Amino acid sequence: MIAEIGHFALVLALAVALVQSIVPMIGAARRDYGWMAVATPAAVVQFLCIGVSFSCLLYSFAVSDFTVINVAQNSNSLQPMIYKVASTWGNHEGSMVLWVLILALFGGMVAIFGGNLPPTLKARTLSVQSMIAFAFLLFILVTSNPFERLDPPPIDGRDLNPLLQDIGLVMHPPMLYVGYVGFSISFSFAIAALIEGKVDAAWARWVRPWTLLAWIFLTAGILLGSWWAYYELGWGGWWYWDPVENASFMPWLVGTALLHSAIVVEKRDALKTWTILLAILTFSLSLIGTFLVRSGVLTSVHAFATDPERGVFILVLLSIAIGGSLLLYAWRAPQLKGGGLFAPISREGSLILNNLLLTTAAATVFIGTLYPLLLDAITGDKISVGPPFFNATFIPLMIPLIIALGFGPMMSWKRGDLSGVVQRLKFALAVSMVVTAVAAYVTWGRSVFGAIGLGLAGWLAASVCIEFGSRIGIGRASAGDVFRRATGLPRAAWGMTVAHFGFAILVAGATGASIWQDESIQSIRVGDSITIAGYEFSLRNVDDIRGPNYVAQRGVFTVRQDGKIVATLAPERRRYLVQGTETTESAIFSNGISDLYAVLGQPDGAGRWIVKVYFKPLVPWLWLGGMITVLGGIISLTDRRLRVGAPTRKRDEVPSGAPAPAE
Amino acid sequence: MPRLIFILPLLLFGTIAAYFAVGLTKDPRILPSALIDKPAPEFKLPALHDGGSGLAKSDLGGEVKLVNVFASWCAPCKVEHPVLMLFSERNIAPLYGINYKDKKADATAWLKQLGDPYQRIGQDLSGRAGIDWGVYGVPETYVIDREGRIRYRHVGPVLPETLENTILPLIEELKK
Repeated sequence: MIAEIGHFALVLALAVALVQSIVPMIGAARRDYGWMAVATPAAVVQFLCIGVSFSCLLYSFAVSDFTVINVAQNSNSLQPMIYKVASTWGNHEGSMVLWVLILALFGGMVAIFGGNLPPTLKARTLSVQSMIAFAFLLFILVTSNPFERLDPPPIDGRDLNPLLQDIGLVMHPPMLYVGYVGFSISFSFAIAALIEGKVDAAWARWVRPWTLLAWIFLTAGILLGSWWAYYELGWGGWWYWDPVENASFMPWLVGTALLHSAIVVEKRDALKTWTILLAILTFSLSLIGTFLVRSGVLTSVHAFATDPERGVFILVLLSIAIGGSLLLYAWRAPQLKGGGLFAPISREGSLILNNLLLTTAAATVFIGTLYPLLLDAITGDKISVGPPFFNATFIPLMIPLIIALGFGPMMSWKRGDLSGVVQRLKFALAVSMVVTAVAAYVTWGRSVFGAIGLGLAGWLAASVCIEFGSRIGIGRASAGDVFRRATGLPRAAWGMTVAHFGFAILVAGATGASIWQDESIQSIRVGDSITIAGYEFSLRNVDDIRGPNYVAQRGVFTVRQDGKIVATLAPERRRYLVQGTETTESAIFSNGISDLYAVLGQPDGAGRWIVKVYFKPLVPWLWLGGMITVLGGIISLTDRRLRVGAPTRKRDEVPSGAPAPAE
Repeated sequence: MPRLIFILPLLLFGTIAAYFAVGLTKDPRILPSALIDKPAPEFKLPALHDGGSGLAKSDLGGEVKLVNVFASWCAPCKVEHPVLMLFSERNIAPLYGINYKDKKADATAWLKQLGDPYQRIGQDLSGRAGIDWGVYGVPETYVIDREGRIRYRHVGPVLPETLENTILPLIEELKK
């Protein structure tokens, strides 16, 4: 019964979506306010319908209703409740319902909080948003109905993929989806603006908070995924250039570019057509990511189900959505009037550089992910590029990006003074050189890249601090004055500083994690120990333990430094009973600067265990830096001017063409 | 601004979409028909382990054998690894490995940690042999018959079902 209600609600949502796609769009064209007003309640009802449907699915999983095929195939009555709930989106059908739920959530939020939008823009935006929802609801109902029944029902279900039974993975997909799908709003705004033929500072101000919100979640989602890979896969790596990771990383790169170019539209009324294109591309890459994962074109550890019928459906959908929007772009964008002029050396110029580097980086990831596929289509040759390609192409693009990131915020709008900025950044340059020199000295003969990476991180951190310091007047004004300036600074400025500083820490973490780890693999008996980087790991005992739906062996290590116990690590080897698969649960101790990491391998049958231990300097900074960056985004989102639903203050406080206050 | 610039994204997307369409018609799990039932390609790889045996075309044939392409950087390889360990313990047929574009230290560490199911492992550092075999993505598994011909190719991790339902019956049949 519950499953049927869920199914029915989904059909209802489809009908509402159809109405919401058509009526407001026609209303906007005819200036009929009654027709346009349909969009708001329709968006809310659509969200409620999908919400009911999703809740029904969640309920079926929570009570282990194995008469539903989807539940039987992806859940098990022995699973802890949290994983039963997570199973809802740990499979193809359920994850698609979550996808449309978030799509409708964003539509509903624009409907409720978008009271200050011009009626035609709001109607068109919600209409476009609903077209996407309609297409995906149709996709779910036609090819991937999550509520299909099974008769007779099995005694028990097949269990969720054990690799996915992890707290990180409970949160990862919803966060990633909020990010992915959140960019649909920027997309809908862009399409609506193209139809209206008007892009101005006000438009940019409405789009930015939504883009920022999506970006915050996508960043957090990618971080969580990376963290999961780090401790769950048990190889100590944190990024694998797996096609599915790339699928989420490409929208992130272009979305980050969008976030920055929208600032130029808002402040300077320039880069309009470019910003529109970025908004289209960001969401298109999210769609392509969905296509890649769902169609079976690429196989990967993440791929839940691959089915050519679904692939064809999504491809058609993709062609209509992306092809249609780019066609509209080709037709309408040339008519958008460009705004303020600027010199190449200026804040605008540095933001363009940022955009070019980010989109080029996204293009290299795109090529690396899809080149094997394209080559196969042309010549029939099947090849794989793997991480070496990405390391060789992606990293060289990040180096100029980080260097430019130091300069950018110091530049003034319209026409910057490069030599003046260099003058003010002398100190940052010095910091960078000292860090490079120290790193090179400490790790002499190991890797030059490590020293360069840390030097760049030092440069970025120092220049962010200098920029912030000079803005609040440190060294020029009295302490009270500095405090007043700091508290009076817009949240957006605080957000930028925090986010850029977090990125500097992330760069340092990534460098350390990739280059300086120390590791050892040995076959040892209980009581033996291994020493790396001054830490002595001794294996105290190995116990058999039993979890709710798995059995495991747990090794207990005591770690000593200079004879003092610093940590106890208890890695496990689990064997999940239903699917018979084994997973490694690594154990990690972090002191904030470095991680100690232990993995228990196989017994050799003669009383010895294969164990792998790592010393990983700076790895915690990767997540710390990432979290600080996300925090920067959140601070910026609370800026009064961007706050969702905040009434528009005086429109165009800054007349276009005049220099805007530096920020 | 010239109009062409605004049309460019559309053209690019059109091209990509066309490739996607072609890509969809090809099941990545199926070997290009060119290689099925043909002799394995010419290749000769050095041994991964010091003092171990490498892998070359001349090592195939004689009896039914399984060739598995793997790498320590590949996530699905880790998923199929226990299945391969089980296969190896049951002594059904020799299992040979091609270690694809991997660092020697990483690969040996990986095998040491998880167990080594392979009788021979060739190290394909450049990916050259992978190209000859038509490796699309790691992992891949091939069944080679007594005459040294490729009879079956599996792309992606070998799951217990794949082993029981497809690979083992095929090996039984080829052994007759």
